[in-house]
Amino acid sequence: MSWVRENLFSSWGNTLTSCFIGFVLAWALVPFVDWAVISADWGGSKRTDCNSGGACWVYVIQRFDQFMYGFYPVSERWRVDVVGILLVVALTLFFWPRVSARLALLCWALALFFCWFLLTGGVLALPYVETRLWGGMMLTVVLTVGGLVLAFPVAILLALGRRSSLPLVRISCTAFIELWRGVPLITVLFMASVMLPLFLPDGAGVDKLLRALIGVSLFAGAYLAEVIRGGLQAILRGQYEAAAALGLGYWKTMTYVIMPQALRHVIPGLLNTIIALFKDTTLVLIIGMFDFLGIIQASLNDQEWLGLAAEGYVFAALIYWSICYSLSRLSIKVEQHSGVHRV
Amino acid sequence: MGCITHRLYGSFLDNNLWQSVRHTAIFWQLVAVAVIVAGGMWLFGNILDNLANRGIASGFSFLKSTAGFGISTSLIDFTEASSIGRAFWVGLLNTLMVSAISVVLATILGFAVGIARFSNNWLLARLAMGFVETLRNIPLLLQIFFWYFAVLRSLPGPRQSYDIAGLAYLNYRGFYIPKLEFFDGSGWSVVGIVILAVAAFCLRRHRVVPRISVVLAVLILVFLLVSASVSVPALKGFNFTGGSVLSPEFVALVIALSSYTAAFIAEIVRAGIQSVPRGQIEAADALALSAKDRMRFVVIPQALRVIVPLLTNQYLNLTKNSSLAAAIAFPDLVSVFAGTALNITGQAIEIIGITMAVYLTISLLIAFAMNAFNRSTAMRGLSTG
Repeated sequence: MSWVRENLFSSWGNTLTSCFIGFVLAWALVPFVDWAVISADWGGSKRTDCNSGGACWVYVIQRFDQFMYGFYPVSERWRVDVVGILLVVALTLFFWPRVSARLALLCWALALFFCWFLLTGGVLALPYVETRLWGGMMLTVVLTVGGLVLAFPVAILLALGRRSSLPLVRISCTAFIELWRGVPLITVLFMASVMLPLFLPDGAGVDKLLRALIGVSLFAGAYLAEVIRGGLQAILRGQYEAAAALGLGYWKTMTYVIMPQALRHVIPGLLNTIIALFKDTTLVLIIGMFDFLGIIQASLNDQEWLGLAAEGYVFAALIYWSICYSLSRLSIKVEQHSGVHRV
Repeated sequence: MGCITHRLYGSFLDNNLWQSVRHTAIFWQLVAVAVIVAGGMWLFGNILDNLANRGIASGFSFLKSTAGFGISTSLIDFTEASSIGRAFWVGLLNTLMVSAISVVLATILGFAVGIARFSNNWLLARLAMGFVETLRNIPLLLQIFFWYFAVLRSLPGPRQSYDIAGLAYLNYRGFYIPKLEFFDGSGWSVVGIVILAVAAFCLRRHRVVPRISVVLAVLILVFLLVSASVSVPALKGFNFTGGSVLSPEFVALVIALSSYTAAFIAEIVRAGIQSVPRGQIEAADALALSAKDRMRFVVIPQALRVIVPLLTNQYLNLTKNSSLAAAIAFPDLVSVFAGTALNITGQAIEIIGITMAVYLTISLLIAFAMNAFNRSTAMRGLSTG
């Protein structure tokens, strides 16, 4: 009771603010909860099953598989599930204290190759699945993970190049980074989808998904490079001197002494870049790909399920929010953890 | 190989080795340049081949050709007979307009929310936190879609419009607001108003004439009354006449952009305020400043030193994010130029090149302006603190 008095009604102004906010919240939240939960329709299979006036979750439930897998053939969807499980397992490797970084990287490289073959198929007894059919949450994850994996080596080289003592290397890396950071992702995607075919020799047709991946990774690479550069700047001079005293050359110094420390410093920054990239992959719907948001947006125009924009967007927002929010919590955890134990 | 050894031993190595270190450095730079030049030439050769094979024209003469399409929102005159070059300017001006309006709104909202997180009212602080955590964890494109398709596009028709104090009306065709209409030949009074407004801003803290800004404000009002009238939208038949209308695309874009960016600005403001040493707040309390004065005269000026450089990034992001307008067909630069004009002319390289160059220029200009402002706040902080 005293808590309430202290935190909500300590003065006249405070009381007024509390009452006003309480009133607005009640005015906005009560109808929303009523719409989304209390009078919503959950069961059924057709548009006509939604007649209570609340949210029509029937539509989301009916379409759920498509939202997750896109147009991936139904009989082959187990392959996507396997890849998903594999990614989660590979992700936990990084948080496993006993696994060395080199082993983790090796496992990742193998896992990614395996995933790519499993998803595209065409080898062994697996039927080939065109990337055109990939969609939904699966495509969003492929774009995020693929973009990151392609961007990471580039980003490390760019970050090193920007701090190089060779002026020409430094200038070209800086220019390259600032070019991609200065333009919107959508123009990069346009460039990748329209201009890239013109850049390559005639006949070297590049798959649409691969083009989008190249665009995303160039863009993400520039941002990652800046994050990694921040980590490099935090490394004390003594580390370079110690490596030089051991007779290590430039690349060995970087690989064994500098980078492992720098990357550990920037894990929260990396996670934030991943969150940004995950949100930014929604832009591929503008160049005609059906990622998670894209496929929901497309399904809203379905003649059988018209007028359900609010349901579709609330569902999409809920999924995106829970993923981004958990990643941002993880980033804060890592930050606190590394602050205590690893310095 | 060169850089570390070079930096550490360069000064005291014997001459021969020093020479070889320097030669290695030059060698690696030459290799880097050679790789870049060779790659560039390979790409350029491919482009020339491909353009010739596909029969795509090159050069910038397409900018003078007739556009042949209309644009719904335009700050300058534009018809289907106008040139594509003019369409470019229409798009650019729309981008700048949306960005400028959203930057102002996002800053106001962001500061309000950021400061509200320190409120001693539990409910207000929690509400501010909820705002930040909700908006920044949902993709901007989804928010734009939500405001456009789920909110603005499903509003009632003109006859059932939401009536805001009889002055403004909201329906699915847009937001109808009152407009200031200047009488013919009142150009000089507009100039006068601008001069008075600038003077009022510059003299707002003048010590000799304390209430000068009030006097100037009254003068501005008088000028407005004699030279302009307010046109209020009114329902005539099936639509509104008078006033001006903001298209649903524009409103959705401005709401989504400014609230999304405001969430990030609020976090920056919070970080800035937290960076102010506790002793400063205690000192302000010792001087018996009220909570409001403590914030305004002690905390915010010092927090600004942390906030401003980070704010620059958010303004840049907002400007770049305004390109998402293409998804709801608001005629910004990307939508008009890299979308419609590209489809008509097919000259991808020139058009994407120009578009990217424009955003790059805007980014550099904003960064430059904010750095200048940053220098001024940093100096002020130093001289008083």
